[in-house]
Amino acid sequence: MANAEAANLKIVTKNFGVADSHKLSVYQQRGGGQAFRKALTMQPAALVDEVKKSNLRGRGGAGFPTGMKWSFIPKEAKTVYLVVNADESEPGTCKDRELMAYDPHLLLEGMLIASYALGCKHAYIYIRGEMMREARIVDEAIDEAYAAGLLGKEHYGASGAFKLDITLHRGAGAYICGEETGLLNSLEGKRGWPRLKPPFPAVRGLFNAPTVVNNVETLMNLPDIITKGGEWFAGVGMGKSGGTRIVCVSGHVAKPGVYELPMGISTRALIYDVCGGIPGGRALKGVIPGGSSMPPLDASEIDVPIEFDALMTDTRIKDVEIRPGVPFDLGGGRKLKTMAGSGGVVVFDDSTDVVALCARIMEFYAHESCGQCTPCREGSGWLARVCKRVARGEGEAGDIELMANVANGIGGNTICALGDAAAWPMLGFITKFRADFEAKLAQSAKARKAAEPTGGVGARA
Amino acid sequence: MPPEFSAQSKQRIERVLSRYPNKQAALLPVLHIAQDEFGHLPDPVIELVAKTCDVSPAHVFGVVTFYTMFHRSRHGRNELMVCTNISCMLRGGYQILHHIEQKLGIKAGQTTPDGAFTLVEEECLAACANAPMMICGQDYFLDLTPQKVDTILDDLRRRWREQQKMSPVGGAGTLHGVGPTPGAKA
Repeated sequence: MANAEAANLKIVTKNFGVADSHKLSVYQQRGGGQAFRKALTMQPAALVDEVKKSNLRGRGGAGFPTGMKWSFIPKEAKTVYLVVNADESEPGTCKDRELMAYDPHLLLEGMLIASYALGCKHAYIYIRGEMMREARIVDEAIDEAYAAGLLGKEHYGASGAFKLDITLHRGAGAYICGEETGLLNSLEGKRGWPRLKPPFPAVRGLFNAPTVVNNVETLMNLPDIITKGGEWFAGVGMGKSGGTRIVCVSGHVAKPGVYELPMGISTRALIYDVCGGIPGGRALKGVIPGGSSMPPLDASEIDVPIEFDALMTDTRIKDVEIRPGVPFDLGGGRKLKTMAGSGGVVVFDDSTDVVALCARIMEFYAHESCGQCTPCREGSGWLARVCKRVARGEGEAGDIELMANVANGIGGNTICALGDAAAWPMLGFITKFRADFEAKLAQSAKARKAAEPTGGVGARA
Repeated sequence: MPPEFSAQSKQRIERVLSRYPNKQAALLPVLHIAQDEFGHLPDPVIELVAKTCDVSPAHVFGVVTFYTMFHRSRHGRNELMVCTNISCMLRGGYQILHHIEQKLGIKAGQTTPDGAFTLVEEECLAACANAPMMICGQDYFLDLTPQKVDTILDDLRRRWREQQKMSPVGGAGTLHGVGPTPGAKA
């Protein structure tokens, strides 16, 4: 568990609730800008080391160590791009939108620090198309930063002159553009089709140049890492995950919201202490811990900390199975439990039709599959259609096995993770809530029997 | 007459083009500008955008049809994007959608005959802590109830009627073959 200082620590939401927190003057009054000035006195390599020391991990979903991602950029690269992934669209996740609306200058300062460390001269923010209000707020913040000479003007740092331009780029409605290589294609004016990897973006990314793609929340942690030090940041975290954690809690809780909490708080404490428990005196049925692409937890598994490694390995969480007793293989014998993902925690109580909930998730991935890979394009549609018919009470014997089989055929067999994002929750829901699926099938079998003509087949002829 | 961008749009496009190392990369922003001006993206506009970004019309067509926010047909002045994904579903998102369908007399995906509203069933709009919710333009409508929806729709329709009074005499369809959105420069 994180140390005592972490209990009430606010790193990325420190300016929430302050009047006009989106304005540069307010940001600077509250100490904003110091971190960038300090960064300029350091060598870029020292900044990368500091971020490595901090144990900062990507907040977009995968939890990849940020410092390590940065260190993959070839040293001799002349043009490097930083791209901010602000295409937040994972169901259950609503943090980046609020972070940009309340504190756009913290994001811009994080981008200045990252760009200086990486040698980037032009950074792009890829913001989700539907977020028109946030696009306006961020655009105004960029204008303010240009007017104040923070952008578009040379700064003199320890490594020489440094000048940064930032461009806001609006998406146009496609979940797949949150996948980093789909995002890069979209930014280049193409369909948002994910690219085969390798080469990874760090080697060949935007406009064929080495590129780092970082999430909004990830970058907003940088100013405090630079002012207070990487060791401090690692110290307030837990295990190999530095800093705090933003969780977006939605669904059946008394106080849904976006909360900045100590890394490693348990799901139980989150639901019952932070969010005021489940309304109407109902019991918990389950929780999706990190956005809709993550396998759910059932009510017996909520004592595990919401931390990247714990959710992947803690033995209190059951393995996701392809059929009873046979765990799903992530490759190399690794088993799947669940993941912290994007921090979108969706809580559902015992009144929930979990089969219908699962079907809605499958419908989403079928809609958002980009169509490039056959297993995902066809498979996600199969999962949606079969799961919906089971939910409607029109399922047939063997449908559970059929869905598990299809999901198993998608997982790990596609260019990007969207295929997994459909397969994992499907297998997860069946593993954790198999009885609910069986009950639906039993119901539909009974209804079908009742509808049969009494004389049996052919009696009416 | 093939459509042309207005002077104002041309200025916006010039600024956009200066932000990218090649013209193709400006395709999404230019399509947004085109849709702002013409209301939707029929073939003549696709050809105009292709010329502007130095790519083939086929490429532009492929991009337009890939993204859900680009429209090939006319949409209503107020686009109601109602979320029904899991966080909203758990708190009555479908009830809200069905309530709006009933109130407007259209199904999701359709536009009211007067062109005031287009109703869209949306995927997660990143306001899960305030479910159920919808977006109309830059406005977020959060923690919805059927009563709240009634007030919002009445208000939007009143504003739309006032805008109608101010739109150009020629009205919709003045620009041959394209048709501006009500209120847009003809």
